[in-house]
Amino acid sequence: MEFKDFEKGLSRLEHIVGELEKGDLALEKALQLFEEGIKISKLCSSKLEEAERKVEILLRNEEGQLVQSPFEASKGKGAEE
Amino acid sequence: MQPRQLTLSDTRRIFSVSQLVNDVKFQLETNFRDFWVKGEISNLRTPPSGHIYFTLKDASAQIQAVCFRMQARYLKFQPEDGMELLARGSVSMYPPRGQVQLIVEHLEPVGSGALQLAFEQLKKRLGKDGLFDQSRKKDLPLLPSKIGIVTSPTGAAVQDILRVLQRRNDRLDVLIFPATVQGAGASQEISAGIRFLDTQTEVDTIILARGGGSTEDLWAFNEEQVARTIFQSGKPVISAVGHETDFTIADFVADIRAATPSAAAELVSGARKELFNRVGHLTQRSSQAIQLIVKRKQHRLRQLTASRGFVNAETRLRIFLQRLDELSSRLTKALPLFLVALQAELATQSTELGRQASLHLKSNQQRVQSAAQRLQAYSPVAVLERGYAIVTTLNGVIVRDSSQVADGDTLDVQLARGRLRAKKESDHGV
Repeated sequence: MEFKDFEKGLSRLEHIVGELEKGDLALEKALQLFEEGIKISKLCSSKLEEAERKVEILLRNEEGQLVQSPFEASKGKGAEE
Repeated sequence: MQPRQLTLSDTRRIFSVSQLVNDVKFQLETNFRDFWVKGEISNLRTPPSGHIYFTLKDASAQIQAVCFRMQARYLKFQPEDGMELLARGSVSMYPPRGQVQLIVEHLEPVGSGALQLAFEQLKKRLGKDGLFDQSRKKDLPLLPSKIGIVTSPTGAAVQDILRVLQRRNDRLDVLIFPATVQGAGASQEISAGIRFLDTQTEVDTIILARGGGSTEDLWAFNEEQVARTIFQSGKPVISAVGHETDFTIADFVADIRAATPSAAAELVSGARKELFNRVGHLTQRSSQAIQLIVKRKQHRLRQLTASRGFVNAETRLRIFLQRLDELSSRLTKALPLFLVALQAELATQSTELGRQASLHLKSNQQRVQSAAQRLQAYSPVAVLERGYAIVTTLNGVIVRDSSQVADGDTLDVQLARGRLRAKKESDHGV
């Protein structure tokens, strides 16, 4: 599941819970859904946990192309520019 | 005075028209340079060339005026007929027509400030073009993953944003597009930043950030170019310019206006914890629901095994138990740690189910056995029916040999119906 699919995953999970809570599913189907739900839940949770904040700034290289470089936030308060 | 004669050595000064006009032009340009003049605009024309032509007049005089494209570009507002203006420029002449004209370098409205006027004009125009339509506003993603920020890398705004993200311990990635946010070229750089970040696939939200400042300092965010670029962005744009009380055109066009850069950071970072809880809650609900479903099926299964069709059901039960086993193990594989408890519960229930099923089997076996025993017990009756009797001693030993019994002993005789007491008199011999 892609990060941007987080929203899709979440709404699928909501749908699954709704189906399960209706309670009239065949066992096999219910377990299948449950399994899928758990899988989505795990993915969503890991998406929420996994990322590490990365701060980058675009700088021009010698060829004039923009490249992403780490941004060191200066400690002092920057000028109100 | 002698009549003048036209000779080759004529001393009169005769100009060609071109010379005259150019001379006048030179005089005008030398003597009327860089002054301010006040008047009212009329007969305004704005051809595609980008130059602005108009007549500047007052109650009793008028002069043709032109503001060339190069200068017109820097006008903050749009001149309109009837507008009272201060114009800075110089006088010149347009030789092809011999027309004196005012070359305008700069225009300022009289009364309200030029910037205020420009702001109102642009706001009105962009509003008419639908740039502020609520229906065109995009939602922020539920869980932003990478924020693009167009801002000055040395400004306070970027620090404020990073500080908030740090404090909220959010794991958002940040990509900064460094831009000059005031002065010449600022609106071009800001627009370029928005366009660039819009092309970056991982970036899902764009913030325009700038700390507080005067109206002039914030002016780039009131430029049409910036407004149109924001409007065209495929990704939601948050404007976070100046302080709470500062409103810019960018604020009106942006999908969301944040009062300050810090507020923008709060907007993009709040959701994570809440979403975490939501996912947890949904997961809990789904495990409760599946438990309930399994319990219900087990209940039905018990009803089934208790019914008369049991022999038939026994096979079904085995299959079912096997399936349950198999599904349990699949479940185990699917189960995250926080649901181990549920898995254990399921295991217990499966075991319980198996135990009950085997109890049931056992009790059936017992029933069959006891039936068989009873059957055996009853079988001699059939023999007696044919006229045989069973003779036993009083203590119940079956008598198979006459020597087992002494003369005078009492015997018990079991017949097909009823029993007798008998006494042995003697052996008859065999």
